[in-house]
Amino acid sequence: MEWQIIIAATIKIIVFVFLTTLPLVAMSVWAERRVSAAIQDRVGPNRVGPFGLLQAVADGIKFLLKEDFTPNHVRKGYFWLAPALVMVPALMTCAVLPFGSKLFGEKMVIADLDVGPLFVFAVASLSVYGIVLAGWASNSKYPFLGGVRSTSQMISYEISLGLSIVPLLMIYGELNLGSIVQYQAENGWALLPLWGEGLSAKGWILAVPVFVSFIIFMTSMFAETNRLPFDLPECETELVAGYHTEYSSMKFALFFLGEYAAMIIGSGLAVTLFLGGWSLPFGWLTPESTEAAVPWWHGLIHIGTFFAKVIGLILFFIVIRWTLPRFRYDQLMRLGWVFFFEIALFNVVLTALLLWWLS
Amino acid sequence: MTFLFYIFAALALIGGIGVVVNRNPVSAAFAMIVSFLGLAALFIQLDAYLVGILQILVYAGAIMVLFVFIIMLLDVEEEEKRRFPIIGITSSFGVAIAFTLLVSVILKRSEIGAKPLPKLAEVSGPGSSDVHRIGEMLFSQYWFPIQIVGVLLLVATVGVIVLSKKELR
Amino acid sequence: MAIVVKRPKLKLWEQLYLPAIAKGMRVTLGHFFKIVSGKKKVTMQYPEEKWDEHLPEHYRGAPALVTDEQDRERCVACQLCEFICPPRAITIKPEEIPSDDQWAKVEKRPKAFDIDMIRCIYCGLCEEVCPEQAIFLRKDYAITGTSREEMVHDKEKLYEIGGVRVGLVNKWNELK
Repeated sequence: MEWQIIIAATIKIIVFVFLTTLPLVAMSVWAERRVSAAIQDRVGPNRVGPFGLLQAVADGIKFLLKEDFTPNHVRKGYFWLAPALVMVPALMTCAVLPFGSKLFGEKMVIADLDVGPLFVFAVASLSVYGIVLAGWASNSKYPFLGGVRSTSQMISYEISLGLSIVPLLMIYGELNLGSIVQYQAENGWALLPLWGEGLSAKGWILAVPVFVSFIIFMTSMFAETNRLPFDLPECETELVAGYHTEYSSMKFALFFLGEYAAMIIGSGLAVTLFLGGWSLPFGWLTPESTEAAVPWWHGLIHIGTFFAKVIGLILFFIVIRWTLPRFRYDQLMRLGWVFFFEIALFNVVLTALLLWWLS
Repeated sequence: MTFLFYIFAALALIGGIGVVVNRNPVSAAFAMIVSFLGLAALFIQLDAYLVGILQILVYAGAIMVLFVFIIMLLDVEEEEKRRFPIIGITSSFGVAIAFTLLVSVILKRSEIGAKPLPKLAEVSGPGSSDVHRIGEMLFSQYWFPIQIVGVLLLVATVGVIVLSKKELR
Repeated sequence: MAIVVKRPKLKLWEQLYLPAIAKGMRVTLGHFFKIVSGKKKVTMQYPEEKWDEHLPEHYRGAPALVTDEQDRERCVACQLCEFICPPRAITIKPEEIPSDDQWAKVEKRPKAFDIDMIRCIYCGLCEEVCPEQAIFLRKDYAITGTSREEMVHDKEKLYEIGGVRVGLVNKWNELK
């Protein structure tokens, strides 16, 4: 019995992390380049393979074959540890995301924890060490400044990120991501209560704090993943390349891919919490409960729906990057501490009052 | 799954030793994080998911980040040059041995371990996770201590702001 | 004198920042869909599509030597281009034309004429300074090679690019 669980978990890890998320990371780099090119009236990488789809492979080979240069003045052990510390937490957070409902009687989540969102935040908060270490171990000024900036930015936005999902958890009364998705499949997505119980006045009133939460959550996610318009730790006009200035070859690639992996996981979490995870709109093909049996083709459709939503959000991330200019650092901190922190707190109180009034 | 216990217990212990032995403050801080991660894994093995996750979220993810942040900004070279006095080393060993003796004596005399405790999942009952249980406890049985602690932390925060502002003038 | 620029006073709706994001995304997505749907085309797929026929008359490409209508090399090895060349890309070895030659009257011709295309900056000063209208900047721009030696154009190569040019020898004829 125990060995069966371990084998099932191993298969899920290999399929979802190494065969789905990692290629998705590579493809999102390609998508970023193509979309940015189209936005700027260019063409983008279209030479390798059909539509340039194999560009990611070419990039990977290039990164692996480049000279792996370690400068003389760095603190070697930490310098080598830092890229791994960026990539590993980003991939570890995959563990609790429900990729689908069920396939062949097996839940499509690697670890069905009762503390899903907390686990994601806990592990994601560890990824700041990679950046801190990279900045400190590089032993030169620009990486150091980038590391310091990134640390304070991530700590600041973790607070509003955590507070922004509290109203949702109050509405769901549940910390298990699988049950949250099941609830949304039955009663309408948090942002789109158009069917089930959500179609009542209660659902529509509660959609107001959820919408505020969604905006705070998405903005904080941009800041947490160091994406434009909040990519101050690595803004090239001021800091050359920020914390990965001294890195080259695959070590640099790990930082680069870690950023995209964090983006994918962030999109996955946003989809799970706000956009109904693997569920189809209007409650189509919704299983009876989290434990109910699901036909295999329903399971496949659910997995496809989840990844379609995630890809949609990634495209949103990319378009935002090429739309908005970079914030100034004091503006960023002001936004985090003066606005989002207060609004998120107020939102929690508002949701509590609404829930009390509506019950 | 006993071997997992040994792995993570060893991780926590190695981290703890690393904190004491390392001369470089940043290395010491990272050894402490390793120790916290080991501890969190031990909590999770005891089915106490919330406690384990909070151990990572609060200690490794927030407090230690600030520690590392401060250490990085300070000059660490001086600390590396400082030598350990022999009296300090011997006395610390003495304290460690005395503490171990104390703990072993207490453990031997107490009832802990005499009978196996029920699993946490069985205690909390079906349909409610340990998150629910802890939340209910905090907001019913222990609401007053929680408020007191909150006020205490607020006082500390205000105090820090006052002190740091004075220095500026 | 310092000028004080007044900050525009934003309305509450503008301070929210979200409408501005929507507006910005309308612009970027507009460009995106125009390009993706193929309605608009700005760039070219270089090696397959070229712009060569649109190159203007004054385009300055690779410098080359030309022969005249009697198949005589126009260069008289005066070395003015060698002297004026800012990056010193041109090296000329002059030689005397033997007296039994048909063009013995010209007296001098280049024995070797090398232009280092790694150094050349396509400034066109050589063309401007040449008293014999012997060197011209042609429209070749894709000059490639796999070694430094390959990138040095010798006399043969220069005449191959240049070809024959018929016309007045005196460049600024109307001024004289």
